[in-house]
Amino acid sequence: MREILEQCSDPVLGRKLLDRIRKLAEEYKDRTGREPAFMEVCGSHTMALARTGIKALLRGHVKLISGPGCPVCVTDQKDIDAMIQLADGDGRILCTFGDMMRVPGSRRSLMEAKAEGADIRPVYSPDDALKIAAGNPDKEVIFLGIGFETTIPVLAATLKAAKERGMDNFSMWMTTKLVEPVLRVLLESKEVRLDGLILPGHVSIVIGRKGYRYLTEEYGMPGVISGFEPVQILAGIHRLLELVLAGRAEIVNEYSGVVREEGNIRAQQLMERYLEPVDEAWRGIGVIPKSGLDIRPEYAHLNAKRRFSIKVEEPRKTKCRCGEIIRGVATPPECPLFGKACTPARPIGPCMVSSEGSCAAHYHYMEAGDGS
Amino acid sequence: MKGKISLAHGDGGELAHQLVREVFVEAFGHEEQARWDAALLPLEGGDVAISTDSFVIKPLFFPGGDIGKLAVSGTVNDIAVSGAEPRFLTAGFILEEGFPVEDLRRIARSMAEEAKRAGVRIVAGDTKVVERGGADGLFVHTTGIGRLRPDRRLQPEQIREGDAVIISGTIGDHGIAVLAARGEMGLSPGLFSDCASLSGMISELLSSVRGVRIMRDPTRGGLATALVEICEDFRVTVQLDEAALPVRREVRGACDIFGFDPLYLANEGKVVLIVAQEDEEKVVKLLRGHPLGREAAVIGRVTGREQGRLLLRSTLGSTRRLSRMSGMMLPRIC
Repeated sequence: MREILEQCSDPVLGRKLLDRIRKLAEEYKDRTGREPAFMEVCGSHTMALARTGIKALLRGHVKLISGPGCPVCVTDQKDIDAMIQLADGDGRILCTFGDMMRVPGSRRSLMEAKAEGADIRPVYSPDDALKIAAGNPDKEVIFLGIGFETTIPVLAATLKAAKERGMDNFSMWMTTKLVEPVLRVLLESKEVRLDGLILPGHVSIVIGRKGYRYLTEEYGMPGVISGFEPVQILAGIHRLLELVLAGRAEIVNEYSGVVREEGNIRAQQLMERYLEPVDEAWRGIGVIPKSGLDIRPEYAHLNAKRRFSIKVEEPRKTKCRCGEIIRGVATPPECPLFGKACTPARPIGPCMVSSEGSCAAHYHYMEAGDGS
Repeated sequence: MKGKISLAHGDGGELAHQLVREVFVEAFGHEEQARWDAALLPLEGGDVAISTDSFVIKPLFFPGGDIGKLAVSGTVNDIAVSGAEPRFLTAGFILEEGFPVEDLRRIARSMAEEAKRAGVRIVAGDTKVVERGGADGLFVHTTGIGRLRPDRRLQPEQIREGDAVIISGTIGDHGIAVLAARGEMGLSPGLFSDCASLSGMISELLSSVRGVRIMRDPTRGGLATALVEICEDFRVTVQLDEAALPVRREVRGACDIFGFDPLYLANEGKVVLIVAQEDEEKVVKLLRGHPLGREAAVIGRVTGREQGRLLLRSTLGSTRRLSRMSGMMLPRIC
């Protein structure tokens, strides 16, 4: 496995692919008079494109637009405020993925709430939250379940374990998001002109290649499922260019080592059994019907939204343009706060905090290099 | 700066920098000496270097070391990389009520062993006990003093274009070893912390080479943060070559899974040096001849003065700027 990964980051192979991509992109430009525009749907791709320099190396050849694939970034501000407010209240332990800790709320972040005395514990896996619950029977332990299809099966598995162990002091506050509904909204809005999609490798492991049929059948949009190593991403972009030049709206699985046609059926069944579709509010987009999953009524005792009553006020308004950045309408440097009032040390919007956020990727990896 | 202290203020990155600047530098002033890992002080009869450090690592025992070994080597290294010979240490212990004496004894013995290896004597100490919950087991604080090598002063003002940037070995070992030892990552890469006193190796090096301009030990905040500080403090631009960075496969693997960057992970037994181009081969050879420097490598060059920037040339050929660590969620690792 290690050898395969090393091959995937082989610089010689990488540079060859870069050359070929530039050539195909020129061909496209000659034919249409403009650069091909692709959206990387997934936040991990956004980060990898910035970190490896691929985005900078393809500037002027292929337009790469960051999509709505960073789970923390797309979470509505009201939901974030609600989660932070959950930390108040005696006898509670709030467990969360580390990414959430510094996400700014209207009044404070979880990190600040922790400094003020709230018991908030960053964990690497929701299973750790179950262990904390078992070790603190007199406390209410709440896990903040955020994520796309990549994470949702893990959350469902945690619900299953909590139910089987009969835990009565554990619950989950879910604001999960699904890829299909938001892609439909973006494609239907036609705000951004797109020639193809770089599809998320991890999400695809769960939903499978078949999970993207609507893209080609209803929108005529080609896509390539890609891994995250430099050579894999470059190979994905190359394949996408070939499809676009040939005028073929197909979904190609370039990550076939781990992504299957049908996806992970067990993970799908687990989600189906414990969760049901709900309307979710997306930052910068608004409520999208049935665009998330929440806990089914028969497991309501595991649902923190049923256990605790949280009321939040209208969020504080800022000049943060995260909402537009998520839709691909604006780029991070176009935000007046970027790099000035808003930095990773003093973030104003979630895109600057999350390890998958466009602004963080841009700030850490694309500022002030020579861009070559 | 307002509000309350959060864990991020202790990670050695951007917020920690801000805290030091806006609270301590404002109160104490920022003397010339503070540009080194130890303060260099003129005294009649020979200049001295002094440094102080607190250790709050969890867990107290980890593969490759423990809080005691770390408390000795950490302070020893700060003095050694400032161009001085560490001589004496003091140690303070804050103990939580209920802490096992046997563990304390083990830690004290480990400190004594490491002090012997490093050629320093622990000459004064203090113990305080706080009620249960007032500390997490044991915190250790050490202060070290060393004599500045009279003829071998480091000369950062001599840094010029073409100078080599050298690291004494693989990066990120300590960070990943401690995270794994906490048992929170669900993986045991079989990695050891690189925790070690570098005074012997550095002393041998300085005795035979004149072209060492500056050294740092890249602890909290990792190699990138240490180099950003050098670049800013001495107004130089450094370009690192990503392909040349020595990273163990196990560390690379853990970073891939958890989204860490080895450039920002802590090291406790590494030194990064800027060296005159004509001496770089000699320095690499000398370091590789020492057990703690076997994987030493040239990882970059000084590409200019005045700008104070750290750049990274990626394997694909693009260049990007590196900043201080900010926003990574790391638990207590030193």
